[in-house]
Amino acid sequence: MAEAKVAPRPLSPHLQIYRWSWTMAMSVAHRITGVALYGGIALFAVWLVALASGPDVFDTVQWFFGSPVGYLVLFGYTWILMHHMLGGVRHLVWDFGHGMEAAQRINMARFTLIGSVVLTLAIWVVAFLAF
Amino acid sequence: MADNRADTRVSMRTPLARVKGLGASGHGVEHWWIHRMTAVSNIPLIIAFVIIVAALAGSSYQEAISIISHPLVAIILLLAVISVVNHMRLGMQIIIEDYVHDKGLKIAAVIANNFYAVIIGVACLYAILKVSLGRILV
Repeated sequence: MAEAKVAPRPLSPHLQIYRWSWTMAMSVAHRITGVALYGGIALFAVWLVALASGPDVFDTVQWFFGSPVGYLVLFGYTWILMHHMLGGVRHLVWDFGHGMEAAQRINMARFTLIGSVVLTLAIWVVAFLAF
Repeated sequence: MADNRADTRVSMRTPLARVKGLGASGHGVEHWWIHRMTAVSNIPLIIAFVIIVAALAGSSYQEAISIISHPLVAIILLLAVISVVNHMRLGMQIIIEDYVHDKGLKIAAVIANNFYAVIIGVACLYAILKVSLGRILV
């Protein structure tokens, strides 16, 4: 049987060849934050199951989330969540065919980062003041 | 505007396949569409989730129970868990299909992804229901 000849096809360069742009960075960040949220939701599941288990288990878990490490995790999680949410809104805007121009794309990418930081800080300030 | 419709005289596809419109994957745009639909439903549910979690900060066991078991909070959390778990399952499957090229490994990863999503979902739903069912506001 004749060997199938594979023509040398052009390959697209690897990620590190390209000059980093705002849209590229936020696109990568959207995926990474998605993966982080995918793992991080297990923390919420653990907290809920601890609540359903009883006061002893709950107090242990609640102690962890109230510790400096716990606060750091929750703060990071808040930012990742806000970043992924704003990135998702950006994708929904694109799904409707808007925001495709160069300037709009870059501004939306910048807004994703700046907006997520502002939202995260706002949430934590309000949470500390209100609760 | 160019006519992009498939030329039915030369197409190898049967009329039935074209009418069904499910393409090579066999399930059409279902994955893409549910991913977008849950993206939309996630937005209000996540905003509510963040407020609920902020209210839970530093709460005692009794306080936490009384917040989670409130019907409004419990229903919002149930909806949020269903929406988020489906969204993350679909999203992770896209990532697996992009980066895992070995067929056996890919199938194993997609199965593991589905199992993880179901386990997280059931654990959360069970806990919310267990804590909240039977509570009557007085």
